[in-house]
Amino acid sequence: MDLQILLLLGQDGITNGAIYALLALALVLVFTVTRIIFIPQGEFVAYGALTLASLQAGKVPGTVWLLLVLGCLVALLDGIALVREGRYRKLPPLLIANIGVPLLCAAGLFAIPPTELPLWIQVVVSMLLVVPLGPMIYRVAYQPLAGASVLVLLIVSVAVHVAMIGLGLLFFGAEGSRTPAFTDLSFELAGAPLQGQTILVVVASAVLIIGLYFFFERTIYGKALRATAMNRTGARLMGIPPILAGKLCFTLAAAIGVFSGILIAPITTIYYDSGFLIGLKGFVGAIIGGLASYPIAALGAILVGLLESYSSFYASAFKEVIVFTLIIPVLLWRSLTSTHVEEEEE
Amino acid sequence: MYKKLTLAVLTALSTMALADINVGVSLSATGPAASLGIPEKNTIALLPTTIGGQKVNYIVLDDATDPTAATKNIKKLIGENKVDVVIGSTTTPNSLAMMDVAVDNETPLISMAGSAIVVEPMDAKRQWVFKTAQNDAHMATALVQHMTDKNVQTVAFIGFADAYGEGWFKEFAKIAEARKLKVVASERFQRNDTSVTGQILKIMAAKPDAVLVGGAGTPAALPQKALKEKGYKGLIYQTHGVANNDFLRVGGKDVEGAFLPVGPMVVAAQLPNDNPVKKSAMEYVAKYEAVHGKGSVSSFGGHAWDAGVLLQSAIPLALKKAQPGTKEFRKALRDALENSKNLAGAHGIFNTSANDHQGFDQRARVMVTIENNAWKLIK
Repeated sequence: MDLQILLLLGQDGITNGAIYALLALALVLVFTVTRIIFIPQGEFVAYGALTLASLQAGKVPGTVWLLLVLGCLVALLDGIALVREGRYRKLPPLLIANIGVPLLCAAGLFAIPPTELPLWIQVVVSMLLVVPLGPMIYRVAYQPLAGASVLVLLIVSVAVHVAMIGLGLLFFGAEGSRTPAFTDLSFELAGAPLQGQTILVVVASAVLIIGLYFFFERTIYGKALRATAMNRTGARLMGIPPILAGKLCFTLAAAIGVFSGILIAPITTIYYDSGFLIGLKGFVGAIIGGLASYPIAALGAILVGLLESYSSFYASAFKEVIVFTLIIPVLLWRSLTSTHVEEEEE
Repeated sequence: MYKKLTLAVLTALSTMALADINVGVSLSATGPAASLGIPEKNTIALLPTTIGGQKVNYIVLDDATDPTAATKNIKKLIGENKVDVVIGSTTTPNSLAMMDVAVDNETPLISMAGSAIVVEPMDAKRQWVFKTAQNDAHMATALVQHMTDKNVQTVAFIGFADAYGEGWFKEFAKIAEARKLKVVASERFQRNDTSVTGQILKIMAAKPDAVLVGGAGTPAALPQKALKEKGYKGLIYQTHGVANNDFLRVGGKDVEGAFLPVGPMVVAAQLPNDNPVKKSAMEYVAKYEAVHGKGSVSSFGGHAWDAGVLLQSAIPLALKKAQPGTKEFRKALRDALENSKNLAGAHGIFNTSANDHQGFDQRARVMVTIENNAWKLIK
């Protein structure tokens, strides 16, 4: 192994690690605020990438239908509650947000052939189609069980994950897709070629992480999420509705997932079931951070990326084994150092 | 009373005499092998519904690329649907799983899987199993031949980290060694990997004259893309597992110039007119494209078509010996399947025998290259 190979492997590891880091942050965010281990996080990556690919192939992505169905379901569930409580004035905004906007999106897609749109509008449309699925899934699958134990929420997560994989196969088919590169730039760095797309992934991830930092530190919603993460009951007493916190963090998590998917779609082929493995590697990063610490989770995810890259060079057949074995010493160390709290007895 | 009874017996007999031939099909229309299973499923719908004057029913089940589901399917087909013959499955593990059930019930099984292990070595079990896809070894010899013709001395391998990649590596390494080709690197990757940079760097450090990608379907495009990206200048070979249009779509300009062996059906229109396979291959291509659109045909559907070709030649012979739905008919069908002589399928000429349940020869493969995002026959 010479310096050039070392650099190239490092570059590859950091690129993948940057994506895992974003997913790890989303997982930590969702867990701290709602105590949900969000297994379907990876599916948003696949949905985002494949929706964009469908748009570029000139097809109406299947996610439109999911958006419409889930939107109607949410409107129905919330609508019944509003009618029962007699809060009729809240009905129109509810209907507009959950049915009107998806319908408008769908109509727009049928009216304008998506292939004629510039790339950035296609990206925006993909975000608009997939990101609202996050809060809708929270409303339908998790909100009725918000007070349940971590285990029950985990079981629901598994169910949502399996359902989303199946729907992904239905929407996008069994074969994968790749989107054209955002940039064809290429540099030389210390004798190693460096793709513009790689830099874009790392820079975009870094910008997003910094953006999240400011969101949590400077905005009222970010602070509300942090407060809920620290103490749910206390936050509620201070007037932060837990439902709002849940929906907000699911929106953020979905946005992060879709954004990651759009970032890596030009680098690799994404399949309807690719998201799970990518999400799982983000999860290993999140576990290194104890599902609590953002910086450690991000660093852990980068470590996973690097480990993956170097092990693919030395022992390609055992790459996944090496990456996922990393979780054992981490868990061992965590269980020895942290005090154990029986959650059920709280 | 007697009249009524005689009538009842006669009606029963006449319906028996007109009993339909039931063909059970289990294939992988969903799951990881779906890109192979879907064209197979489409092809089954094109097979003739009367053979030798008898009505033929096709009962198609999906096994989701899961051997357990495949076993369940064949049990259901034989137990509930009383089928006379089973076509399936798409993949090697599924076919092997179905084999035991077929043998226990003495029902002929026609597999569409790639590995030779489905029909070799010939033993009591495999007596009942036939196969329409070319053996991997068959394709590997064509690859090695092309490499030696191109003066390749050293070759590297990168394949799936599963039975497919492992099987290809074994076959390929064995034949390469016999022909004095040196395998200088052997790497593995997962079907859903997002990056193969590590493996590619290791391969490039070994400086091979050629690289063989042992993968199937669209995932096999990733190593070739990585090789191009890192500036690899040697020859790149793929296996016949990539011969579908999705591979061209996902690979784009990165897979230009790749060499691979395929069944002649893939380039049917480009075959010289004196090629014995051309006529039958063109017939299938025309039928498939009439329903599914131009350019929709893929190599895998051809294996299902060939299963139909075998049946069309064997069923009339078996009908002379016994009635459909009986044990004797299944036995007669098996014997007839074993005696196909110069039978032209979409992928080659079948000459089956008691020892060879595959029956293809050199005519069942051609070398192609990817040029302008299409398969081009190398003359």
